[in-house]
Amino acid sequence: MHYECIPTTCTYCGCGCLVVLQVLDGHLVGVLPGKTNPVNEGSLCIKGWTSHEFVYSEKRLKNPLVKKNGVFVETSWEDALDTVARNLKKIKEESGADSIAALASAKCTNEENYLMQKLMRATIGTNNIDHCARL
Amino acid sequence: MNRLARELVHRMEALKNKVNELLESGGIAGFLGLRNFGTEPFPFLFTRDTAAEVDKITTGAVRYPLSKILIRIAAVYPDAIFGIMCRACDERAIIELCKNSKLRSDKVITIGISCTDDLVQACKCENPQPSNLVSGEAGKKEFDRSDVQKIASMTLEQRFDFWTEQLGKCIKCYGCRNICPVCFCDVCTLEDQPLVKRGEIPPELPSFHLTRAYHMAGRCVDCGLCEEACPVDIPLRTLYRRVRESVKELLDYLPGEERDKVPPIQVLGDGLFEIRD
Repeated sequence: MHYECIPTTCTYCGCGCLVVLQVLDGHLVGVLPGKTNPVNEGSLCIKGWTSHEFVYSEKRLKNPLVKKNGVFVETSWEDALDTVARNLKKIKEESGADSIAALASAKCTNEENYLMQKLMRATIGTNNIDHCARL
Repeated sequence: MNRLARELVHRMEALKNKVNELLESGGIAGFLGLRNFGTEPFPFLFTRDTAAEVDKITTGAVRYPLSKILIRIAAVYPDAIFGIMCRACDERAIIELCKNSKLRSDKVITIGISCTDDLVQACKCENPQPSNLVSGEAGKKEFDRSDVQKIASMTLEQRFDFWTEQLGKCIKCYGCRNICPVCFCDVCTLEDQPLVKRGEIPPELPSFHLTRAYHMAGRCVDCGLCEEACPVDIPLRTLYRRVRESVKELLDYLPGEERDKVPPIQVLGDGLFEIRD
């Protein structure tokens, strides 16, 4: 018998609301709005209130998928990243760096988003970088 | 150290002793209260396995819906007896939850905590006096219904405009329902399609909020957690307070205040259809 609350930051957008994960016997069973945080002051939006639901979702991707002959096939991270790198290189050689664009995500941390633009600008060589909120 | 600080320290020590005593004697399987995580209080279930954590117990200045959390834990451990830290509002909620078969009164031991005068005033608490106080005295009653009176003094047209503006701010986060200790249905009308369209804000006015207000009749214990959780500051508590007053006027029932009275909404007609387990 074990119940505790783990405070963390909501993963959905850049606001940074305090969500409190309710863990009962090792299972994430719900969230509560953090009452002591100056950002959300005890409130959440509907995404924050349901931010625990994807964790055990059957639809959740647990392994990288690579499309082979028109069908997604489970593969290792190494293979998936090799495929991406090989194809990006090929596209850049054939059509130039500006034929590539990347969309970063508000669900990532500032640091991850910084790395994404760094990858695009410094490695690929394009300014075609934007984020999912403008999709 | 001033009087208030001394009282708080004394209260915290008394609570720690009480929880340790109950856990050691085997009188309870767990005690649901607040634990300091770093410097901030969050809900925690103290058990014999986590008895060392009792040192971090706190009464905190913030309120979490402990009674609602207990429903979830008790559903997994229906035979266990639990202790729970209770402000007066928590206790009112537990009384209603027992009447609605969500908790069993013989499986819950409430340990009363008095609220500080500041909290009582901020909450405009109708009755800040829980039973079984662990230490100290209960706060004084501060019932202030000026919010309800202010709206009652408006003309119908002004009132309609007021509520249309307030409810029009709703972003349909469902926070009022989610945090409410007496909102416990498995299936919620507010998610019933096509009554409530998905992906549309604000929800249909005023039916969305009035539906919830009707469902609060005979249940709302006036804890005010809904209003605290509302991201757009809709005066929800004022709305439900009016419903609470109507139930008192029409059916002579104040939810959470009368331990032995059958809730009027549970009895239809001659009582043949009383809701049972």
